Amino acid sequence: MDLDFGFLSEYWTYFLKGAWLTLQLSFFGVLFGTILGIGIALLRISKIGILRFLASVYIEVIRGTPMLVQIVIIYYGLTNFGINLPPFTSGVIALTINSAAYMAEVFRAGINAIDKGQTEAARSLGMSHGMALRHIVLPQAFRNMLPAIGNEFIVIIKDSSLVSFIGIADLMYNTQTVYSTTYRTFEALLVAAAVYFVMTFTLSKLLGLLERKLSAS
Amino acid sequence: MINVQSLRKSYGKHEILKGIDTEISKGEVVVVIGPSGSGKSTFLRCLNRMEEPTSGEIRFENQLITGRQRDLNQIRQRMGMVFQQFNLFPHMTVLQNVTLAPRKLKKLGKEKADAEALALLSSVGLADKRDAYPARLSGGQKQRIAIARALAMKPSVMLFDEPTSALDPEMVGEVLDVMKKLAAQGMTMVIVTHEMGFAREVGDRVLFMDEGRIIEEGTPERMFEHPREERTKLFLSKVLK
Repeated sequence: MDLDFGFLSEYWTYFLKGAWLTLQLSFFGVLFGTILGIGIALLRISKIGILRFLASVYIEVIRGTPMLVQIVIIYYGLTNFGINLPPFTSGVIALTINSAAYMAEVFRAGINAIDKGQTEAARSLGMSHGMALRHIVLPQAFRNMLPAIGNEFIVIIKDSSLVSFIGIADLMYNTQTVYSTTYRTFEALLVAAAVYFVMTFTLSKLLGLLERKLSAS
Repeated sequence: MINVQSLRKSYGKHEILKGIDTEISKGEVVVVIGPSGSGKSTFLRCLNRMEEPTSGEIRFENQLITGRQRDLNQIRQRMGMVFQQFNLFPHMTVLQNVTLAPRKLKKLGKEKADAEALALLSSVGLADKRDAYPARLSGGQKQRIAIARALAMKPSVMLFDEPTSALDPEMVGEVLDVMKKLAAQGMTMVIVTHEMGFAREVGDRVLFMDEGRIIEEGTPERMFEHPREERTKLFLSKVLK
């Protein structure tokens, strides 16, 4: 078999633009997912039973259903209720609610792993529960959770390829455009795989660097 | 300063404190002794409501602090606490550990907070450790920092929960010295400890607790030389060998 990457000279911008959109989607997905995830984790460890229950329902439902189904529900399903979201927004929302469920579990484990004495010391000084969380517990938990958060970021970059299904011109979608025009299916997919790998590998190296920097202090 | 009436604490069916009544005066150093499981730590932790009393009343500076709707955070700012496990904040330097609460809660400016913290660190002999992280300190150093951190809020009473129990023997002295100094300055202190020598030397009053009750109390001389209750005698004979 002979591989021909000649199409790249004409179509390389498709991969570049697609990768850029994938990065944007993943970035916003992880960013909002982290924020929402912290919120859900706090509900999950709250003293109020009903909040704990709702948070675990959210986590179980989101983790127990395929992301592709979630994406399609948000983009097509919501139109039944008169909600028409643009594809990019739908994509970000789907990635957000999905990563929030996984992040919430990461955060919960991270928060629970911090010694109770830390909260007690903060509270004994007169800090409120919220202040103790913000100044004492979360900074320490965050440091411990960094590998898991990075892992989630990588998962999101890869899973974001599913949004091509609703017509977002991300890396996967553009790859399909390229091979349906050039008929160089295998080569185009190899290029896409390589670009995904470069993104995730770079990210994992960057996070490793950040981790070392944090543990040095 | 602190008035305790009929204080009870249960975990489920297990009653840890079975009715504690006592009064702690301003400037007094009260040492609480007793076998493990006697409820002495629980008693101490009820005083600033780190443990929620099941029933009973606690007054602090003539203010009722038990029951609902009390501003606990305000009250705790005036009650310093030192823990067996130090509980320093490992992600902060020594100086940050000491200045965090005054800066966030009393809105002290950085310069003033730093200056006050350094004065406290000098008084516990650790000003040179200001930029070190807790992981680099010995147990004795950690506990002296923890005392400085509690003092930074200028509390009117200090609660010590077995402050030397987690220390290697050679470091017990340096922590007790800091506490002695504090007592000599007139600080009101409630100390749960197993250090009988210290109790005797520094305490104004010794409380002996067993099975959730104060069995006997008195001056250290009286308690150690002439204990009246059988359980006190038994306990002292075991710990004073």
